Amino acid sequence: MHGQPRKSLKQEDESLLSAKAEKLRALQSQFFANHRNRIYTQEALDLSAKLLEGNPECYTAWNYRKLAVQHNLSRSDPNYVAYLFDQELKLVENALRKNYKSYGAWYHRKWVLSKGHSSIDNELRLLNGFQKADSRNFHAWNYRRFVTSLMKRSDEDELIYTEEVIGENFSNYSAWHNRSVLLSNLFKRKAEEFPLEEKVLQEYEHVRSAIFTDPADQSGWFYHLWLIDLTVKNYAPLLVSSWPSHGSSITLNGNNCIDGCGLSLLNSTLSDTRTLPVILYFNQAVEGVNLSTVTVKSEHLKEDLVWKPLITNNSSTAQVWGAYLNLGNMELEQSKTYSIEIAIGHSMGIVSSNGYQYGDPSQIAFKLCVQSACTKPVEEQGGKLTSWKDNNFQKIDHFEDSDSTVTADLHIPTTSYWCMKAIEEEITNFRELLSEDACKIGKLSLARLLTALDLSTHQHDKRKNHTEEVLKLYTDLVELDPTHSLYYKDEHSLVLLQQITSSRESLLPYCHYYKDATEANTSYVCLRLQNLSLSRMGSIENLLWVQMLDLSHNELRSIEGLEAMQLLSSLNLSHNKFGSFTALEPLRSLKSLKVLDISYNELGSHSIDTRRYLCSSPLANTEAFDWDRFEILCGSFSSTKFWEAFLIFESLNLTDLNVTGNAVADENFTSFIGKVLPTLKWLNSEELS
Amino acid sequence: MSEAEESSSYPPIDPVSFDLIIVGTGLSESIIAAAASAVGKTILHLDPNSFYGSHFASLSLEEITSYLNSPPKSITAAASSSDSDYAVINLIQQPLLSDAELISCDSVDESTFLLENSRKFNLDLGGPRALFSADKTIDLLLKSGAAQYLEFKGIDTSLVYNANEGLVNVPDSRGAIFRDKKLSLKEKNQLMKFFKLVQQHLGDNEDGKISEEDMESPFVSFLEKTGLPPKIKAILLYAIAMVDFDQENGEVSKDLLTTKDGIDRLAQYSSSVGRFPSAPGALIYPIYGEGELPQAFCRRAAVKGCIYVLRMPVISLLMDKVTESYKGVRLASGQDLYSHQLILDPSFTIPSTQSLSPKGMVARGICITRSSIKPDVSNCSVVYPPRSLYPDQVTSVRALQIGSNLAVCPAGTFVLYFSTLCNDADEGKKLLKASMKALLSLPVSGNTEIILQSDSEDKKAVVLWSVIYVQKLTMSKFEAISSTPTPDGNLNYNDLVDATEKLFNQMYPDEEFFPKTTSPEDSTDDDDDNGIIMEN
Repeated sequence: MHGQPRKSLKQEDESLLSAKAEKLRALQSQFFANHRNRIYTQEALDLSAKLLEGNPECYTAWNYRKLAVQHNLSRSDPNYVAYLFDQELKLVENALRKNYKSYGAWYHRKWVLSKGHSSIDNELRLLNGFQKADSRNFHAWNYRRFVTSLMKRSDEDELIYTEEVIGENFSNYSAWHNRSVLLSNLFKRKAEEFPLEEKVLQEYEHVRSAIFTDPADQSGWFYHLWLIDLTVKNYAPLLVSSWPSHGSSITLNGNNCIDGCGLSLLNSTLSDTRTLPVILYFNQAVEGVNLSTVTVKSEHLKEDLVWKPLITNNSSTAQVWGAYLNLGNMELEQSKTYSIEIAIGHSMGIVSSNGYQYGDPSQIAFKLCVQSACTKPVEEQGGKLTSWKDNNFQKIDHFEDSDSTVTADLHIPTTSYWCMKAIEEEITNFRELLSEDACKIGKLSLARLLTALDLSTHQHDKRKNHTEEVLKLYTDLVELDPTHSLYYKDEHSLVLLQQITSSRESLLPYCHYYKDATEANTSYVCLRLQNLSLSRMGSIENLLWVQMLDLSHNELRSIEGLEAMQLLSSLNLSHNKFGSFTALEPLRSLKSLKVLDISYNELGSHSIDTRRYLCSSPLANTEAFDWDRFEILCGSFSSTKFWEAFLIFESLNLTDLNVTGNAVADENFTSFIGKVLPTLKWLNSEELS
Repeated sequence: MSEAEESSSYPPIDPVSFDLIIVGTGLSESIIAAAASAVGKTILHLDPNSFYGSHFASLSLEEITSYLNSPPKSITAAASSSDSDYAVINLIQQPLLSDAELISCDSVDESTFLLENSRKFNLDLGGPRALFSADKTIDLLLKSGAAQYLEFKGIDTSLVYNANEGLVNVPDSRGAIFRDKKLSLKEKNQLMKFFKLVQQHLGDNEDGKISEEDMESPFVSFLEKTGLPPKIKAILLYAIAMVDFDQENGEVSKDLLTTKDGIDRLAQYSSSVGRFPSAPGALIYPIYGEGELPQAFCRRAAVKGCIYVLRMPVISLLMDKVTESYKGVRLASGQDLYSHQLILDPSFTIPSTQSLSPKGMVARGICITRSSIKPDVSNCSVVYPPRSLYPDQVTSVRALQIGSNLAVCPAGTFVLYFSTLCNDADEGKKLLKASMKALLSLPVSGNTEIILQSDSEDKKAVVLWSVIYVQKLTMSKFEAISSTPTPDGNLNYNDLVDATEKLFNQMYPDEEFFPKTTSPEDSTDDDDDNGIIMEN
């Protein structure tokens, strides 16, 4: 049971327990003998029953019972079969009385019932008993879902049941969870009888009662979060942004370099492959982005585009998809402009992971111009060391008219009136709660609600947004609830990035021209997001155009999502908190990346990478790990030490890498990296010979 | 039956000498009988009535009607043996109950029904009464072993009356606050925060304690300080802390409850909720009525050797002629019995000694109805806070509805008890009538049929039979001849149990009040909830 302190055992209890264990051990050895010899007589069964009643955790004994049932089923007398299964049910019931949280016992009961020989009428009564004894017993709740679906009990009836249980004690995660599952089902299956709007508003009222009564109890929070999500969620997938953006024109210099978006691109990194990336950024993971759902209209395109997911989650769905235009094959002529149109979703097939069709067929049209005169010859790759020092950057006063770095979102998801009203009402309520009680749930919910409101209204009035308030709330929360400060910092980072990237005006202060020290007349735009205490990246859909990015002096531990920035050629991650190479995994997808600064991080400082379960590891990697090459390169080094680094860098074509200031960066490592990256010209700011 | 015949029918009592003679089988007397017999005293326990319980009895409809209409009269001395060595002082019994006002509906059908089912009613003389699941009476029932003779059932819900909304639930627990539809979100938060404050104060941590200064201040001021809205304050004061007198009207406020006492009452209430899984609220009620409680103690006493004689009036006291000290009693049968000490039911007065100081009165009422005051609820308690019925209402009225599942009335009927403290009969009866009228439709004489309610009006429960009466209040008194306290105006028995324990300790300073027994017959488990029998 919950909230009851465990009493320490007294001396006499301990001796009692050891006597019991002795008895069980004797039973167990007898049982194992029966099991080995496949003895399924009544006597042997009784013995296993006795063992299980004493110790329901003995999983082998449950499996033995299953074998015994199957063995004895050969006697096909129907009365006997019924008796056989009844016996099992009775045993499970007894075992559960001993320990109602025994996995083995609950599973055995499921197994018996799924055989279909037993009546299920009794099961709900039994369950009610167990759920009364402990209403938060998730085993019982799991089993309940199993039984109700077996009985074909209606979701409506179960909904009433959860209401009763919550009414008795609302501190019940299982009941709230079951409620969300049931309601989701009903919304899907019975949209007419279960109008979303009415029901969601009722549920807000319901859970509000719990949150206000006891803000310290967390069970309602999760439900509230689910409700907010339900309110603002766009079911149909939409295209959020793209590169090139709609209406943009991209200038290609000469035959093999491009100027993009009216802003100079960096070292024409794309020239190598003579390809131009096309990126589609959706509001959620989708599948089915292919030739038939995305059509390209261009007279000069010689071959079909191949769409690949850029950020995957081990399934065929992805939020970001990319393809490459092969410029070399297009036979472009100088001083001419070519228009390309990409039509998305005009035929069915783009589907979200939960089965919704792409909502709004849309089109991206952009122009390619080839400039006749190159202002200067293109330097050879990696000719110069990239310096991230401040004096190499120059503030930008205003964007040129032709600049289209940040374009308006293609499709603003429309939020219906009632949803906005619901969110606004929740905001009013939570402000009231905070005036009574400066509790963390109040602040967190308010921050989430304001964010949700801003997201659904930001196309109307940007000045009225609540970013400053939200940021303040998260800052407060870091203080108020240090245990979860990492989470609050992440949220703070996301909101801050959302604010910075929301418009061209807001982005301007962070954009600088990069002035190469030696070549005064070349300048590129660099997005500098330094010293912002960022702990994670976000709003990448607004940053697809970025080629040079400075994220130094933040608190980043991961760069999840960076895969989408296919134009990125220079990246500064120095002075952050990266603890392992696996955290840099998104870099593997950045084919254009040439310059990488990861100096002054914590690479190699942590013997155990606690984040690894989130990222892939060499062992879990689906792609083939090039062991042969790895072993040759490692040579005499302790090889395991470097496999993570190998995995990240092996596929990159870096010309400039800085790893100083990391525990891992010893002599062995630098020499190893030099071998992994043959393209490297600069390592730790030193020119390689 | 002539008196001579009556007295000859009294059985002789043997032995004639006891440690203690107790007259009256009210709750206090019965507890003392059980406690004293538990420590080995020889006791004779008498009652002039034919039933157990005196003013705590549960009676059939017929019994209660005749009891209230003709209270016991003092019986004059029968054939007295005048050759006594003692001075004989006649006892005077003054009825505690007076001003009974009985109304029954004129419907022939219903009257016949009541008459035929008279014995199916167990009506409490001292109602409304209930026990908090965690109050000290429960502890006493367990400690004394009386609990084994009783069976309880939970009161489903606690209600509070207000003029605007009628009956509303008392948000008395976390779950109840959550479920409550009438509280605003802010009120839910404030109320729960206050409960937490109390819990924190009661906890082991020194940090969360309420300051000493606050503890001595009036509870009402403390509630004000925490910024609770008036509605919540009223609920806390009158429906949870069960305060009798208006705490918020400076002119008439008397008996202001201190924060310390207020917190204690809240603590008792909240620890009561959920103590017994089958009791949904804080209160429980014995099946067959409150009269079961004194009987359970009497049975406990009888097991330990106490002798019981009912229908045995005591007519006079035997005093030493020289020292004028108490020696014994003379029964209606004429038999003289001797004891070291004597306890008398509070209705007895001894001439020449100063009579028990009256301490106000309590007006009580009983109604029998055909339907519940709240749909789908059978057993419930109701509080009418001061000023909820009319502006100059200075005391709370408490009511208790008990349905047939507690075996106090025939199926399809409900019994409602009302009580309020008052200074005189008129004031008390006026208040009770107002509180009845607020929820019930009272019979109007002249109408032969039950009044048909128009649909637009709220359907009030129709009263078949009702009675209002007034009871004097006196405290217990310890002397050579002691008196037990009268039933008080409270809902539970805590004060009464305290007074009884005190009286016992005064009488037997060297004895323990129900020592822990080790005999297997009495053994109660360590687990303190074991032993209270709750019916589902």
